Amino acid sequence: MLDWLQNVGKKGLHVFESLGRSTMFFLLILQGLGVALVRFRLTLREIYSVGVLSLVIIAVSGLFVGMVLGLQGYVNFAKFNAEESLGIFVALSLVRELGPVVTGLLYAGRAGSALTAEIGLMKTTEQLASMEMMAVDPIRRIIAPRFLAGIISMPLLAAIFSAVGVLGGYFVGVGLLGVDSGSYWSQMQANVDFSGDIVNGVIKSVVFGIACNWIALYQGYDAIPTAEGVSRATTKTVVRSALAVLALDFVLTALMFGDI
Amino acid sequence: MTTRFMEIAVGLFVVIGGAALFVLAMSVSNFATSSSKEGYYLTAYFENIGGLKVRSAITVSGVRVGQVSDIVFDSERLQAKVTLRVDKKHNYFTLDTAASIYTAGLLGEQYIALEPGAEDDTLTDGDEIEFTQSAVVLEEIISKFISNAGSS
Amino acid sequence: MTDNNDYVSSEPLIEIRDLYFSRGSNQIFKGLSLDIRRGQVTGFMGPSGTGKTTLLKLIGGQLKPLDGKVYIQGQNVNAISRSSLFELRKRMGMLFQSGALLTDLNVFENVAFPLREHTKLPEQIIRDLVLIKLEAVGLRGARKLMPSQLSGGMARRVALARAIVLDPMMIMYDEPFAGLDPITKGTIVTLIKQLNNVLGLTSIIVSHDVEETLSIADYIYVISDGEIIESGTPVSLRKSSSEWVQQFLNGYPDGPAPFHYPAHEYIEDLLVGR
Repeated sequence: MLDWLQNVGKKGLHVFESLGRSTMFFLLILQGLGVALVRFRLTLREIYSVGVLSLVIIAVSGLFVGMVLGLQGYVNFAKFNAEESLGIFVALSLVRELGPVVTGLLYAGRAGSALTAEIGLMKTTEQLASMEMMAVDPIRRIIAPRFLAGIISMPLLAAIFSAVGVLGGYFVGVGLLGVDSGSYWSQMQANVDFSGDIVNGVIKSVVFGIACNWIALYQGYDAIPTAEGVSRATTKTVVRSALAVLALDFVLTALMFGDI
Repeated sequence: MTTRFMEIAVGLFVVIGGAALFVLAMSVSNFATSSSKEGYYLTAYFENIGGLKVRSAITVSGVRVGQVSDIVFDSERLQAKVTLRVDKKHNYFTLDTAASIYTAGLLGEQYIALEPGAEDDTLTDGDEIEFTQSAVVLEEIISKFISNAGSS
Repeated sequence: MTDNNDYVSSEPLIEIRDLYFSRGSNQIFKGLSLDIRRGQVTGFMGPSGTGKTTLLKLIGGQLKPLDGKVYIQGQNVNAISRSSLFELRKRMGMLFQSGALLTDLNVFENVAFPLREHTKLPEQIIRDLVLIKLEAVGLRGARKLMPSQLSGGMARRVALARAIVLDPMMIMYDEPFAGLDPITKGTIVTLIKQLNNVLGLTSIIVSHDVEETLSIADYIYVISDGEIIESGTPVSLRKSSSEWVQQFLNGYPDGPAPFHYPAHEYIEDLLVGR
């Protein structure tokens, strides 16, 4: 019993410790963001590796998700003779939920894991330590530009995902299943609100961007500097980012759309 | 990979992302149809608005001309006060225009249909539409139908 | 403390006083005190796991001691602000065991890195400075290569060029000879000696390669179990009466430093469970 209590206490302390460390880390990143803005060329490089290189997987996934939504939506709306609502269904699902959430999950797998592995490897090969010894703060020089790049990339990727998805739904609904093109678009426009839906979707994706990058960079920076430590940190990044995205999505949805 | 190639790729990425946001704003949402155009406001009082919501459509002969911008309960008149936002170019609503709440299809959303009357003067910003017809509540019709059937 | 501007060669550049440090329950230093003199090559020798690298990190301010002080030019490394520590580090070079080159930059950019971060020199001057340093380590021709294309010895030489590009007052070498072939080892030995003499540096070498360290160090500390076992010039060290030092220098498998990890009686262990 006493052992058990001691164990719980130890685990609890450990949780608080890592929470404190990651919060400190986050604050240090925020402090370093100024440098990332001034030396934007560094950030540009990172936008390339987290944003541009994720483009294909995001666009292809968006297309398929949109097509599935078109198909499923059509089957169900057809029962009520409400096929013209297909556009609303596809657009609202994508813009409010699937765009930011699926982008966040894919980002965690594609870019987040790569970030963790990269930073972890830099730690293992003493690159971060050597930078510190050269009087260069690795958080400013390495971490902050990557963080900023992630926050810039995420909303753009989510927007691309949603836009491609709407086209995918159009392709299936209008092109293959014969929903009227005019009503697909006009119903969509009548029911998707710019400030209520699109802007909220963008806010969601920015929040997910902050969470995913924070987790990925912290896990890399805090990784045990061995091959095994880095691989474990990479797994942790994907798992925790996915959980964070889904949990934050619930909280944000409740805040944004809870009263409707 | 050269720096130049990378910069071009990032530029392209930002343009594509921006274009996606633009598409979402202009052709998916109501950004182009409502917020960007100027409009004027009319008020109307209804006994019962049924399922009418803020952002519900306002139509004339089935053509969308604006949207509901506000719904409150007026405690003096004991009626629902609905504020209608009508696009500026639709300035032909006469003083005796009638506003009715209809349902799109059997289970669809509710909207306000405006029918211009015969007067010469038109409604302007802040005016009230006097002739209104409340929403038809399905349960009322059914209960009327049942009681009629029972009495005959 | 001592006057910062007093550049007498025998005066210590680094003074370590009563240093305590531990990792978890493992005590690494128990009251270490020593001086590192300006202009000399000081060697630290000892078996693996005695905290030689930790000592370098304590000097560089990357780790904080539990107790005790590290003075560099009279400044207490652990008491000064982060910005003064960074100012101090600009005048300290450090050569990591792996070289620690930045993998996404080529050789030229790696050497130029400290210049680009800390100075606003025009491109032409940066180019000249980098080429001078690369020439000094004999790798001017390799400037376009990426770190992944370099051999271990070459990577270490590039890292050396990077460590001296800001013309520091001291360089710390962490296991500079480990895992190198004899020719490359010889090159590194010569380079360390040359740089120390030509640039007037203070060098600190941490190593367990006995011959190489003895051949270039002016003064050597032998560390084991967190304490200094012996210190002196290479010549006096070879004559040391300490059995432990003799075992270490000559590489005897058994002696004061036991071959066996502490264990129960062998016979008892084998008979357990019978």
